[in-house]
Amino acid sequence: MAFLHLTPAELAALRLSLWVSSWAVAVSLPAGILTAWVLARTHFRGKNLLVGLVHLPLVLPPVVIGYLLLVLMGRNGPIGSLLERYLGVVVAFDWKGAALAAAVMAFPLMVRAVRLSLENVDPGLEAAARTLGAGPFRVFFTVTLPLMTPGIITGAILAFARSLGEFGATITFVSNIPGRTQTLPLALYSLTQVPDGESGAMRLCLLSVLVAMAALVGSEVLSRRFAALVRG
Amino acid sequence: MRIDVRRKQGDFQVTVAFKGASTGVTALFGPSGAGKTSVVQMVAGLVKPDAGLITVNGLCLFDSARGIDLPPERRRVGCVFQDGRLFPHLSVRANLVYGMRRTPPHRRFVTFDAVVALLGIGHLLQRRPAGLSGGEKQRVAIGRALLTSPALLLMDEPLASLDAARKAEVLPFIQRLGREFAIPILYVSHALDEIAQLAARMVVLGGGRVQAISDPVFGAG
Repeated sequence: MAFLHLTPAELAALRLSLWVSSWAVAVSLPAGILTAWVLARTHFRGKNLLVGLVHLPLVLPPVVIGYLLLVLMGRNGPIGSLLERYLGVVVAFDWKGAALAAAVMAFPLMVRAVRLSLENVDPGLEAAARTLGAGPFRVFFTVTLPLMTPGIITGAILAFARSLGEFGATITFVSNIPGRTQTLPLALYSLTQVPDGESGAMRLCLLSVLVAMAALVGSEVLSRRFAALVRG
Repeated sequence: MRIDVRRKQGDFQVTVAFKGASTGVTALFGPSGAGKTSVVQMVAGLVKPDAGLITVNGLCLFDSARGIDLPPERRRVGCVFQDGRLFPHLSVRANLVYGMRRTPPHRRFVTFDAVVALLGIGHLLQRRPAGLSGGEKQRVAIGRALLTSPALLLMDEPLASLDAARKAEVLPFIQRLGREFAIPILYVSHALDEIAQLAARMVVLGGGRVQAISDPVFGAG
């Protein structure tokens, strides 16, 4: 069983991966819900441009996204320099940057899932809530959002899984620094580049499968529980 | 209650004006495509008239001349829709109090216990809407609208999706509403038999216009 024993470096990569992915989901969820709402419920000129922009990470090579992030959010980048000057936040070569890269890459998946569930919410229920005395915001939080729960769960889990697997954008944007930006896939990649790395690589490979499976099973259980709740 | 509204929807022009009784049931009758739903949505505030005036018991809900257009949540119009529209993620009890909790206590004149007793839904309170029969759903929907203590109860074909037996189950409850709570009811339907049993006054719509207004011709009320 010595084979299954994680080295401290591997354990650090696992912890960092879970941390980075959780933050990526937490930060992108509100933005994802807002974007999904705009795409599903509003009409304006240039909406297709927004649709394209949101889905860009799905079709661009991740390295391109990582490079764009580096240019924009690096310490000398137009956004990165502002963040550092006014908020004292540096995302480049830091776990925060890894979370940002993961969030951007997972964003289209999240928006698609959330939008689908929003389009399934009957506007008649929202209208009924309005006539019962609830203003638009209250209707959103008491009717629309609860009924979107299945899509939000699916979107969050998809984004979490995608974040766990993020490689190209992360390594380009924040590099591969053990203990700081070296997530599971990056650690796995490093292990494949050194002699005697096979057993470590295999351990991380199994670990990745395990974490992803746990996330998928978790989402399935949660979705089913919600469906049962609505069915009565 | 006074309704005088105009609205153009594509090629369809709705021009409807009538006065409803300040108590009891006023029926809005007409075949599908007559403009009933448009009128309902305009009174509820879900659709905006191009021009016109809507007042209920002295409260002005809409007046294009004075630029008044209250949002639905401030109109105090309790709506019962054909498809019930109960919130599937809430229990029957939570559905019932959804509007009541948003009505300031000093405005409430309809109590939870009275509504539950009148509609006979006490045994359903813990259930979810998905587990209810069509008739039970409509009774809960009526209770939910009543509990907002509305100035007007707007019922849009509340029995249309029910079979004859379920209809016969719900109709007596609606008859009792007018007597138990002094709330005027605007009852929209394409079924004359329902109207005959409920309404004192009937407005006949056709092609987006008022075709006739009749006072108690059925002798019912």
